[in-house]
Amino acid sequence: MKTLKNMTVALSLLGSLSLFSAEVEVLHWWTSGGEAKSVGALKTMLEKSGHSWKDFSVAGGNGVNAMTVLKSRVVSGNPPSAAQIKGPSIQEWAELGVVSDLNEVAKAGKWDERLPKMFSDHMKYDGKYVAVPVNVHRINWMWVNPAVFKKAGATIPKTWADFEVAAKKIKAAGFIPVAAGGQPWQEATVFETIVLGVGGAEFYKKALVDLDLKALGSDTMKKAFDTLKMVKSYTDKNAPGRDWNLATAMVYKGEAAMQFMGDWAKGEFKVAGKVIGKDYVAIAAPQTNNKYLYNIDSFVMFKQKDAGKAKAQEKLSELILSDEFQIIFNTRKGSVPVTDGVSRDKFDPIAINSINQLNAAAKSGALLPSMAHQMAIPDSIKGAVVDVVTNFYNSKMTSSDAAKLLVDAVKNEM
Amino acid sequence: MKSKLKFLEDSIPKLIVTPTFLIMVIFIYGFIFWNFILSLTNSKILPLYTFAGLKQYFALFNNMKWWLAMENLLIFSSLFIGFCLLFGLLLAIFIDQKIRFEGIFRTIYLYPMALSFIATGTVWQWMLNPGFGLENFMIQMGFENFTFDWIVDSEMAIYTIIIAAVWQSTGFVMVLLLAGLRGISHEVINAAKIDGASMPRIYWKIIIPQLGPVFFSAVIILLHLAIKTFDLVIVMTKGGPGFSTVLPSIFMFDYSFARNKLAFGASSAMIMLFFVMIFVVPYLYRELRKNS
Repeated sequence: MKTLKNMTVALSLLGSLSLFSAEVEVLHWWTSGGEAKSVGALKTMLEKSGHSWKDFSVAGGNGVNAMTVLKSRVVSGNPPSAAQIKGPSIQEWAELGVVSDLNEVAKAGKWDERLPKMFSDHMKYDGKYVAVPVNVHRINWMWVNPAVFKKAGATIPKTWADFEVAAKKIKAAGFIPVAAGGQPWQEATVFETIVLGVGGAEFYKKALVDLDLKALGSDTMKKAFDTLKMVKSYTDKNAPGRDWNLATAMVYKGEAAMQFMGDWAKGEFKVAGKVIGKDYVAIAAPQTNNKYLYNIDSFVMFKQKDAGKAKAQEKLSELILSDEFQIIFNTRKGSVPVTDGVSRDKFDPIAINSINQLNAAAKSGALLPSMAHQMAIPDSIKGAVVDVVTNFYNSKMTSSDAAKLLVDAVKNEM
Repeated sequence: MKSKLKFLEDSIPKLIVTPTFLIMVIFIYGFIFWNFILSLTNSKILPLYTFAGLKQYFALFNNMKWWLAMENLLIFSSLFIGFCLLFGLLLAIFIDQKIRFEGIFRTIYLYPMALSFIATGTVWQWMLNPGFGLENFMIQMGFENFTFDWIVDSEMAIYTIIIAAVWQSTGFVMVLLLAGLRGISHEVINAAKIDGASMPRIYWKIIIPQLGPVFFSAVIILLHLAIKTFDLVIVMTKGGPGFSTVLPSIFMFDYSFARNKLAFGASSAMIMLFFVMIFVVPYLYRELRKNS
């Protein structure tokens, strides 16, 4: 009789424990070595707080495969607890009414105070938080091998005019001026960097964020296309289809002088054992100093049938914005913390430079969402824009035709 | 008693087939119907049943990339099927000459079919890449002006996909035609030989026409392979350079899932089905009429 009583007590205690510790199923595509380690840190922190983490990683397509799986899970009425969704897609999902409200956690964690307004706006739908940001990547970096520049007798360019001068010298010295990977997203990355540099922050916002048709068809846009064609002429002909990290390898191997790529390229240099300042430097792409194109990864929490899971979701959100996680995650991934006031001790010079540029850009209104990385416009319109860019890049289309096509493409998708 | 037994005898086969039949009806035809319904809606990320008429189809026909995809499919199908039939026939005729080690040759030629398109595409992409593939090899052999950069050329990239696909599927056509050749009665051939006809003439006038039905089966299978081609293109060029090697299957996947335009992608899928049906339905009709 006593054993039965003890068993009942034990079972009911177990039952009450499960009310406080729940499982969070997390859908993400951070499957490469460094990324997996970074997300592993979050898993450890969550499990220390008493909840459990069910990993649901779907590799490939920069999230396309993960999103496809997510859609089928949502349609079948069984969404994961958290999913890695970013940019305008957050609002599109929130519109469907399947996401959780994170306002309680936001108030407790003072998110409105700790996040720049631009970032917190991305995370809200109808004025309420529905997503939690994880990190900030900068897109408009130029990765440079100073040794190649020295051998060619060229100076690292700060303007696009200087760029052409330097590129000619590098080409003459037998090196490849720009290491490029011929995939639409990479071409789009270079394109938006050029638009920011040639047109300035205001123009970038009007054209690629607000989708103002006049700006998209303007002479400034034509100039951006011209510059893109010019940059292409300084890449090697084997670029089509090349992956971005192979292009980065060209830079640190000393075959190429520069690459236009986001801050995740730093990981490649690190893994290859290269030293900042000696083997490679990162500076803002020409004419984009103190201008910042950002890409924020974020997690959306989905409404769950089991009420206990909501507590775990809130804990997860709270942990993501904790200083401890921001430091661990961002030092590993090459990005910078999304919240203000995180200690800078563990960050390398490039990351610190990135944080400084972010703050400067935020003050001057030059902190802008990346179009190519799905932060600025819905995926359907972004797809149409990238189609025009990649078509222009890979054909004999003229800049004025490209600008016209861009206007038509955006008009058709609106 | 006898009639009850007969009833069982008749109905058991039907019962056994019924589950499979039901599954097919629901999962194939039911889902095709669901896809058709989706193509008449405004669905973006998830299915949304608001009626939009033929809006998606009109948008599809105004889409430059779709026309390019259809054009690519036309080029790809015709050259793929043509070359597979030609090389398949030649190989079948050669092997039919009662050569030694026939089994080994047959296996070697059929082997590519066992590979997945992803393996085939990856290796062909390496071989056709100018930087470290065939072009580089020839340059290092001393032919300094040799160029073979089709795969990085917007105009020519589609032909590289055809090369890899033909390599993969020729063996299959060869096996089909070899079986057909073996099935031709030797009496007609011997009679023609006695009349003094040369072997090439015999092949051209007697044997190949008799292979008509086999050719037809091969064409139907190759056609469905061509329309299904997706992973080969993704692995070889990812649809590039730019989007010059996009095929309808890639277009459909991209717009339905990556660009959050489910209804638009569904309409492209319906058009793809329509084109398959144009070829397959008359063939089925002919076959069914023959049997009855």
